[in-house]
Amino acid sequence: MDNDLVLEIPTDIRSIEHTVEYVMSRCHDCGGQARLLRLNFRVGLTEALSNAMLYGNGHDPSKSVRVEVTMVGGRLQARITDQGTGFDPSSIPDPTAPDNLLKCGGRGLFLMRQLCDEVSYNDQGNEVTLVLRLEQGAALEGGAQA
Amino acid sequence: MGFQVSQNGDVTLVEVEGQLIVGNRQELKQRVLEQLEGGDRKFVIDFSNTGYIDSSGLGVLVSLSKKIREQGGELRLSNLNEDLRTLFELTKLDTLFRITNTKEEALEGF
Repeated sequence: MDNDLVLEIPTDIRSIEHTVEYVMSRCHDCGGQARLLRLNFRVGLTEALSNAMLYGNGHDPSKSVRVEVTMVGGRLQARITDQGTGFDPSSIPDPTAPDNLLKCGGRGLFLMRQLCDEVSYNDQGNEVTLVLRLEQGAALEGGAQA
Repeated sequence: MGFQVSQNGDVTLVEVEGQLIVGNRQELKQRVLEQLEGGDRKFVIDFSNTGYIDSSGLGVLVSLSKKIREQGGELRLSNLNEDLRTLFELTKLDTLFRITNTKEEALEGF
């Protein structure tokens, strides 16, 4: 299935929790994979949305974030696109390095990479794609929404 | 979502209800800093009723820990569920905080 779920969300950090809960509610109970959804997917999606709104769109409420979630062949994929100019993901230092441990930021992308099977950016750096490999049988409910 | 602040002797206990995320992290920071400015130095943040902490929430805990230490105090954390422990371990923040299984354990000997 392609583009099972498409959302266009205005930049508002208060909407992140609701959006993540909604996307997760659209996934069937994945049995033994429940923790992958509850922890790994939730963290990845939450951090991607936060980055898109805070840094990509710079808190600008006139800008929106596009979320596309697909489930194909046991691969749960979320693509999050903001309307910013993009950034270089390789510029983010390792937050677990001793010199960075006491820094307040820089953990979002790290957590995405740790908990998702694949994390990739487009060339511009304003679109991140997360992939989580679930076992066969997991499915996404319903069709696209505007 | 909310924060319950109470006193246990000279220890300030903050209980996080719901989630600690980008949308409410500043409220927690403000509540704890008010107590710190009021002279409190011993803090326990309890996560018994917390489902999720995002990277912004983790960042606020780091920030508060630094500010409390600068004043000669300490911030302890208690009752992290399995998912939250995983986040602390991945980010190595488990090495930065004293983390206990219960708030009673955190309060003991403080």
